[in-house]
Amino acid sequence: MTSAAIGTRWIDSRNVLGLLFMLPAAVLLLAFLTYPLGLGVWLGFTDAKIGRGGEFIGIENYQFLWGDSVTRLALFNTLFYTVVASIVKFVLGLWLALLLNKHLPFKAFIRAIVLLPFIVPTALSAIAFWWIYDAQFSVISWVLTQLGLIDRYVDFLGDPWNARFSTIAANIWRGVPFIAICLLAGLQTISPSYYEAASLDGATPWQQFRHVTLPLLTPIIAVVMTFSVLFTFTDFQLIYVLTRGGPLNATHLMATLSFQRAIPGGALGEGAALAVAMVPFLLAAILFSYFGLQRRRWQQGGSDA
Amino acid sequence: MAGVTIAAVQKWFGGTHVIRGVDIAIDDGEFCVLVGPSGCGKSTLLRMIAGLEEIGEGTIAIGGRVVNDVAPKERDIAMVFQNYALYPHMTVRDNLSFALMLAKQPKQEIAARVARAADILGLKELLDRYPRQLSGGQRQRVAMGRAIVRNPQVFLFDEPLSNLDAKLRVQMRTEIRELHQRLKTTSIYVTHDQIEAMTMADRIVVMRDGLVEQQGAPLELYDTPANTFVAGFIGSPAMNMVPGTVRAGGAVEFEGGVRLPLPADARADEGQRVLFGIRPEHCAPSNEGLPADVVVVEPTGADTQLYCRFGGQDFTAVVRDRTDVAPGERVMLRPDLKRSHLFDASTGRRLAA
Repeated sequence: MTSAAIGTRWIDSRNVLGLLFMLPAAVLLLAFLTYPLGLGVWLGFTDAKIGRGGEFIGIENYQFLWGDSVTRLALFNTLFYTVVASIVKFVLGLWLALLLNKHLPFKAFIRAIVLLPFIVPTALSAIAFWWIYDAQFSVISWVLTQLGLIDRYVDFLGDPWNARFSTIAANIWRGVPFIAICLLAGLQTISPSYYEAASLDGATPWQQFRHVTLPLLTPIIAVVMTFSVLFTFTDFQLIYVLTRGGPLNATHLMATLSFQRAIPGGALGEGAALAVAMVPFLLAAILFSYFGLQRRRWQQGGSDA
Repeated sequence: MAGVTIAAVQKWFGGTHVIRGVDIAIDDGEFCVLVGPSGCGKSTLLRMIAGLEEIGEGTIAIGGRVVNDVAPKERDIAMVFQNYALYPHMTVRDNLSFALMLAKQPKQEIAARVARAADILGLKELLDRYPRQLSGGQRQRVAMGRAIVRNPQVFLFDEPLSNLDAKLRVQMRTEIRELHQRLKTTSIYVTHDQIEAMTMADRIVVMRDGLVEQQGAPLELYDTPANTFVAGFIGSPAMNMVPGTVRAGGAVEFEGGVRLPLPADARADEGQRVLFGIRPEHCAPSNEGLPADVVVVEPTGADTQLYCRFGGQDFTAVVRDRTDVAPGERVMLRPDLKRSHLFDASTGRRLAA
């Protein structure tokens, strides 16, 4: 047997061919996902600083972060930011989706408009919000004073709670279109005959929503909200442009604090440990939606037997 | 229970006039089938009765009450949809009890009525299944059960059997008919299948292009179709329509000079262009009649269908007795004149005395 023949047979084997086809994807995953993630986890266990390779120090970083009041504040901020923003985004997104699902004039045009906040780069829209929230030039403050509702400009980003709600509002503005469009897609998969049947069965519009729309939309809600929670929890750009975590760390999220400690602060190990500390929360969110919401008995096909 | 009266009803979709003036009076307890080709407006009419479409003009009354401005849920009707529209996230039991639950019926009452419907339709074993876990026929039964539990004044069926395979369709046809005999609820049934219409209906309404072509008992339509459309639509295989001219002495002359006497009840003027209608089952091979060239012979066991050519057009005959006719042969087909029909060639109307 010649070596060429052996080569052909080797290629012909289904398993070898399968491995060959998987190789590019595997290389990409290893190089761009596994390696950085692994490096991050490793850095979290070292005392690396910028410009100096670190030594392995076990869980010292985590022990420090556990007692660090700023980290604790950032954790609270992140949870607060995520919970409030996600709930409001869901309610507004669902409401918008239900509106867009009606027969509106210029439907396609309106749907395109709704997507705008999602299309604009976050950094850009964050700068726009920066102006809207500016202590001296804020358009909101200006309108409210012109209407005579307030006599002093609101310090949107200067006061801790104002800053929290202001950043949350900006996040909501940016996040609603994604949820609305996804839920709209879900609404359109619901056959109109269910609503017709329900209306003949005597269901009021609210009951139709409660007993038909909502249950049939649950699988999509689960997926969309998982993504929404993940995006919100890991938000960085908005905060970084609007407040850089201030005032008094009131808007520092775990992502921004991690960056702050690692790059400007130089403490790579500590920053990495902070970033790794986010992982359990994200995993919990995914598992919750996977087991709690996404899988429904009625969706699984059944045997006739 | 109640009758349904449809009076001068019209409907437009945008600029399209889909229902162009329909009058139907359905008696209490009657099983009325609306039949016609796709796009004839039968489903639209049904949806107007249900309240899913607005009535353009005219009135629809259920049990003597005009329902033009009555919401669907106030009309006391139940509908079986073509795709069944079973709520996929509810078990069969919940699907059946949904309307009763919304009507705030007491729990025992709901359970009793669901049990009764499940009993009637043989759904007892399936109550805890989800629609996905059911076969087509079972889903169809659940859809009917959902209508039955409500005990409405009128059942509406929108092509309920069109998603089933042929065998199941025949079986469900009988079941629906049986159910109607048992419950005696006024039913309106939409289909495009004339066999379904013939076998199930007390009254058939044949529709075309938004108009009623003819209505009456199934055999009435079969025996005395009012026009060529009804004649061709009711009955299978379809009626043969042979063009000809009326000649003196009560005869029709066909292409090629073949002549036949006028059908028993027909009346026509000399020289009039007519269509001579003969159902395939109403002509028999003989030694006189229409000379037809056999093209295909299809024995079905019970009878034999002969596809022939006569006078330049297709002509079908159904022969009861076994026959040894072969393709390419010429047979003489003698129509039964008592059961033949004469139509005006230009208007398509039946020409009767």
